[in-house]
Amino acid sequence: MADHGNSPPDLVESDRLRASPSRRSFFAASAGLAGSLIAAPVAADSLADVPPREDGANLSGHSERSQYVKLARIPEAGPGKRNVDPSDAINSKAPLDKLFGGITPTDLHYERSHSGAPDLDPAKHRLLVHGMVGKPLVFNVEDLKAMPSVSRVVFIECTGNGWENWKKADENLTVQHTHGLVSTNEWTGVPLKFIVDLVGKEPDSHWMLAEGGDAAGVARSIPLTDEILSEAFVAYGQNGEPLRPAHGFPMRLVMPGFEGNLNIKWLRRLKFGDQPWMTRWETARYTQLQANGKATQFQLRMDTNSVITTPSGTMVIKPGYQRINGLAWSGHGRIAKVEISTDGAKSWRQAQLTQPALPKAQVRFQMDWTWEGKPTRIVSRSTDDRGNVQPDRKSFIAAMGTNALFHYNAQQTWSIDETGRVRNVLD
Amino acid sequence: MAVALALVSPVLAYDFGRQATPDEIALWDIDVRPDGKGLPPGSGTVAEGKQVFADNCAACHGDKGVGGIKDRLVGGPGTLASANPVKTVGSYWPYATTLFDYIHRAMPYQAPGSLSNDDTYAVAAYILSLNGILPADGKLDRDSLPRVKMPNRDGFVPEPEFDPAKLFRKQ
Repeated sequence: MADHGNSPPDLVESDRLRASPSRRSFFAASAGLAGSLIAAPVAADSLADVPPREDGANLSGHSERSQYVKLARIPEAGPGKRNVDPSDAINSKAPLDKLFGGITPTDLHYERSHSGAPDLDPAKHRLLVHGMVGKPLVFNVEDLKAMPSVSRVVFIECTGNGWENWKKADENLTVQHTHGLVSTNEWTGVPLKFIVDLVGKEPDSHWMLAEGGDAAGVARSIPLTDEILSEAFVAYGQNGEPLRPAHGFPMRLVMPGFEGNLNIKWLRRLKFGDQPWMTRWETARYTQLQANGKATQFQLRMDTNSVITTPSGTMVIKPGYQRINGLAWSGHGRIAKVEISTDGAKSWRQAQLTQPALPKAQVRFQMDWTWEGKPTRIVSRSTDDRGNVQPDRKSFIAAMGTNALFHYNAQQTWSIDETGRVRNVLD
Repeated sequence: MAVALALVSPVLAYDFGRQATPDEIALWDIDVRPDGKGLPPGSGTVAEGKQVFADNCAACHGDKGVGGIKDRLVGGPGTLASANPVKTVGSYWPYATTLFDYIHRAMPYQAPGSLSNDDTYAVAAYILSLNGILPADGKLDRDSLPRVKMPNRDGFVPEPEFDPAKLFRKQ
């Protein structure tokens, strides 16, 4: 997109924006009025300086990233608990500020696991489907692969995404810290409805317990609404290959639009019943403590959300042209529009959506902007095709209080000071 | 090819997998509901649970369920509406059956599923006694556990869209 004349072409945008101060001032001096992202040619730059072509590496069985590209998730132990011993990490956040488009690279898809990520032997793994059914059945992975399949691009989001900003905003956070617990992949598997028909679910069974084969045996009760029965599937494929262990190999439940925790990984049991089981995860854990001390339970759907990823927290911009871009998603359906304010939510302009904008998938948005060098605040808000609008933080906190911990989808504001430094702020 | 087979031959579609036998289902059928369905036979006392807790739980959860490196299990009544809510088994969990289910399936962290039914009843009883929910001479089994009234039992409000009391009601 931008002219790469001033920086190594392999650096991704966020690295360019976080270049060292000396490099920044050099670029600023040479870039002049043209601004930051479109860098003007500098005197020292010449095609004569580009290294000559050479013979490349041998062809191989597996493609690695360029040595010039550094991409990694950030393992964390909870809100604000970073740089922890890996054995203490409970989640690992995707580098949203360094990715393009709408699909998350498989190895960078965020991870949330409750008792580590087992690498299960698919030859020994079994899925038991039983309870209120006519015919309890056991399936192996090959059984699933032989069934009719669906492939669908959907986001999965940890219910705790955004939990850094409930009570205060740490100005040193990047968008990876604030929003890195959401990712979008193409998942392939067997429609839940197909399995339901195979076992002959009883008509009075409206709840399903999905249980994982991880050490904790994570288990959730899932209401079998028409929407869930028609959209959920048992996946064995992820971006065209078998699931990665961190994402539930050899099989997981995919619940488009719903809490990440419902997308049970290492799936080993589906049990049909007539009421919820009230597992630890749907009572003690993923419930929303309100300001009055009562907690909302079964808030299963992930709401309309968006965040600007460039420019975002800890980046530094220079006056002039900016191409703002970010990601939007909704568990209700398709993102219909994203608006951006560059004056602290006083006025809004509609951003351009990168097509296709798929239902229950992240969509990339972008908008041109000229920063005049004065302090300001930038913020995005999304609206989905059901008319749900991402709330501003004040309204959101007024409705939810600050103790809910989960389902934080308030608008994310980034402040920009007169030096161009971008910081995480509440609003 | 598999898709085509399934589409042209519905008979074949019902040949996927194999029938599960009652014996093997029993091995995996560990879930427990609030009405007590799924609770196994056995029993345990608060006194027995104190030792089970010391041997298996205290290293992470603290000597009396407080002050450990992992989740606090005891205390916190009256804090849920404050700026710093303390969510524990005693202050937050709505069902005692959930405590049994969770310990039985997921604890202790390094050896989940290793506690016997009796030890699970016992340690659940001990944690409830630390929270003042069971007396020091208390005892739990499959009949008494579902009858334990947790202090925060009425502290939860279902999201209207997925309210179990209203979903799937016939009009």
